[in-house]
Amino acid sequence: MTWRVCRRAAAALLMVCVALLAGCHGRQEQAAFTVPQQFDESRNYEITFWAKNDTNKTQTDIYKQAIADFEALYPNITVTLRLYTNYGDIYNDVITNIATQTTPNVCITYPDHIATYLTGEHVVAPLDDLFADPRYGLGGSELRFASPKLEEIVPQFLEECQLNGTYYAIPYMRSTEACYVNKTFVEKLGYTLPETLTWDFVWEVSRAAAQKDENGVYALNGQTVMIPFLYKSTDNMMIQMLRQLDAGYSTQAGEVLLFNDTTRELLDTVAENTAAGAFSTFKISGYPANFLNAGQCVFAIDSTAGSTWMGCDAPLMDIPEEEVVEFETEVMMIPQFDPENPQMISQGPSVCVFNKDDPQEVLASWLFAQYLLTNPVQIAYSQTEGYAPVTTTAQQDPVYQDYLTRAGEDNATYYEVKLRAVELLLEHMEDTFVTPVFNGSASLRDAAGQLIESVTKSVRRGQTVDDAYMDTLYEDTEALYHLDAISPAEDAGTMGPLPGASVALLWCLGGAWVCILGYLAFQGLRRRKNRTLQ
Amino acid sequence: MKKFVAVLLVLCLAVMATACAAETTQPTATPTQEAVETPAPTEEAEETPAPTEEAGEETPAPTEEAEETAAPAEGDVMSYEEYVAAELETEVTIEAYVQAKQSWWEDQATVYAQDEDGAYFLYNMACSEEDYALLTPGTCIRVTGYKTEWSGEVEIMDGTFEIVEGVEPYIATAMDVTELLGTDTLIDNQNKFVAFKGLTVEAAGQDADGNDVAFLYNWDGSGEEGDDLYFNASYNGETYTFTIESDLCDSTTEVYAAVKALEIGQTIDMEGFLYWYEGVNPHITSVTVVE
Repeated sequence: MTWRVCRRAAAALLMVCVALLAGCHGRQEQAAFTVPQQFDESRNYEITFWAKNDTNKTQTDIYKQAIADFEALYPNITVTLRLYTNYGDIYNDVITNIATQTTPNVCITYPDHIATYLTGEHVVAPLDDLFADPRYGLGGSELRFASPKLEEIVPQFLEECQLNGTYYAIPYMRSTEACYVNKTFVEKLGYTLPETLTWDFVWEVSRAAAQKDENGVYALNGQTVMIPFLYKSTDNMMIQMLRQLDAGYSTQAGEVLLFNDTTRELLDTVAENTAAGAFSTFKISGYPANFLNAGQCVFAIDSTAGSTWMGCDAPLMDIPEEEVVEFETEVMMIPQFDPENPQMISQGPSVCVFNKDDPQEVLASWLFAQYLLTNPVQIAYSQTEGYAPVTTTAQQDPVYQDYLTRAGEDNATYYEVKLRAVELLLEHMEDTFVTPVFNGSASLRDAAGQLIESVTKSVRRGQTVDDAYMDTLYEDTEALYHLDAISPAEDAGTMGPLPGASVALLWCLGGAWVCILGYLAFQGLRRRKNRTLQ
Repeated sequence: MKKFVAVLLVLCLAVMATACAAETTQPTATPTQEAVETPAPTEEAEETPAPTEEAGEETPAPTEEAEETAAPAEGDVMSYEEYVAAELETEVTIEAYVQAKQSWWEDQATVYAQDEDGAYFLYNMACSEEDYALLTPGTCIRVTGYKTEWSGEVEIMDGTFEIVEGVEPYIATAMDVTELLGTDTLIDNQNKFVAFKGLTVEAAGQDADGNDVAFLYNWDGSGEEGDDLYFNASYNGETYTFTIESDLCDSTTEVYAAVKALEIGQTIDMEGFLYWYEGVNPHITSVTVVE
């Protein structure tokens, strides 16, 4: 082979390799999103919206109405709705679809979940530039609807959507937990409800309510079933108790602090009260609302967004009418360790926008996501359950203010328990908190709840719950949720050893440059030698 | 030399391309909870609104090694009567025949099983995906787990199982419980494969235009294609609700299509499993319009 042929062959091979390399990069990573200068309205866009509802037809109707209203404003954007009834399913489907680059355009989500999505490159669109865009951003001049300005989104709700200094979501609805109390039973036991529930009070009354005769009939309700204290979300239970005690859960950077002595003490209390028949959980026994409404529960803790199921006049009911008993329902803040400084979790759906190859499609998605913040959508959806709107414009809207004043007018839209639950949240927005978000925070949350579930279940099964049990429980839970594999972001400065492929790549690059420089030096020397000879 | 450099450069780029291809940045799902059996009254907790009875149980899948240690002695297997008599939250061991598989998720299977004496709902039984494929209808399995109750449904949860070899398969014949509807004895047949005959389809709700409809997606019509179907049927003047549990019979099944085609006033025969949720909540597997 002549040198000329060799050179052409090498050049061709290089071109092929470069093309392959470029193609490889294009396939693995989505390009970073940049806001287009102008929304191209000459094109049609089909976007998908994965939404979560609380198995509530009114909510799905509101989503559908919002889509219809939005499409009327933007006839070139078609929104396809896909409904889910729990966040876990959305999360699992998104993870699956990231692999095939078939994520939805807009998705109801939790910040914990976004943290996992973000481990893929440019999977979720960062929203900071979109927020600030003067034409299509929050309150933008080119929008065809009245969008809230940035400062009109409740700051602490917006803050929850910020990960590593960048906004990746907008809040959609917010709720907290409430304790729905059978006040009739509390007073029948000789107690008076305090202004703020304490854990000690709840445990004490619950143990008193657990008294039964030799036939298994409870003195309080005359039935053979009584779960005095029933908690729906045990992950929230553990998280809030730890927070109230200023005990460890995790650092902002993702260091897991859950497995500490305070947690152990709390679990001991759970075990003690479970053994006394005073406590159980949703996963073990069933929905708190069903037991509360059947007169089989004194303290039922669930989301304010579950308030339409709570109380003997609840508009939504899963138990037969003949099983419902009459009682007075009190809606109270969750129990506190320090009533003077109450703390409760902030929760509820947020909305994220997934990145796509076409920035115009992302912009169309953003327009729809932003539309969900408009007053009609915010007010309508918040009225379906014990949700609070996330914008001050919606909260201060005369329509919403009127709604708040009409508690008890009926057992549907103005169902008193629901409105009192919302008021609880609105009055205590400053007392709400969220847990740190990082890749693995969703697992940590599950683990926190699992500790309570495991202890409760073990006690009910007559297993010994002692120090050795706790040691094993900690080890097993940490392993089950892969918490030992979580790398705190603080460690980013020392990222550990490079992968083997990277090391090989660097060696090859170095070797190639040595050869290139060597070859150039050799050529230079040869030319100089030739010149000298001439 | 030139050839060598050219070849080396090509090799370098090939290695770079390979390294690039190997470095994917795919997010990985963490253990999440599962479930979905019945309408959820709340937002979530706030993450799992459906009755996810147990998340991430730690019982091992029935590998051969595990089976050897977990399997009870033959004499420890309870009769159905002994199982019924056992206290809730106690460990039980039973032998029964798989009748239907409801779901598999993260190495946990939910299965209907039955023998000639009674039926069992095996909830979140440790099971690898490979073992799940072996759980064909009629297969005899020995299950050890805890007897529990969730919203009226008595079940065995946190179980492990082994397949009992050399036993003739058994498929239960649907027991006609039509006359037991509305009686206190119906619950004695909980989880059995049963039949309801000669019921009349009633309105399940109304559509957006206010017209009566024969079925709903989810209990209140909040769902869509692929979700559970709910429909009502009456007998002797009393109306009962029946469910097509989408995990048990998804939207590709005949029964799913049959329910979507129901018309109010039709007389139907049905078969299914006598599941319980705050009262009888049969999971229907076949529907036949008889007139």
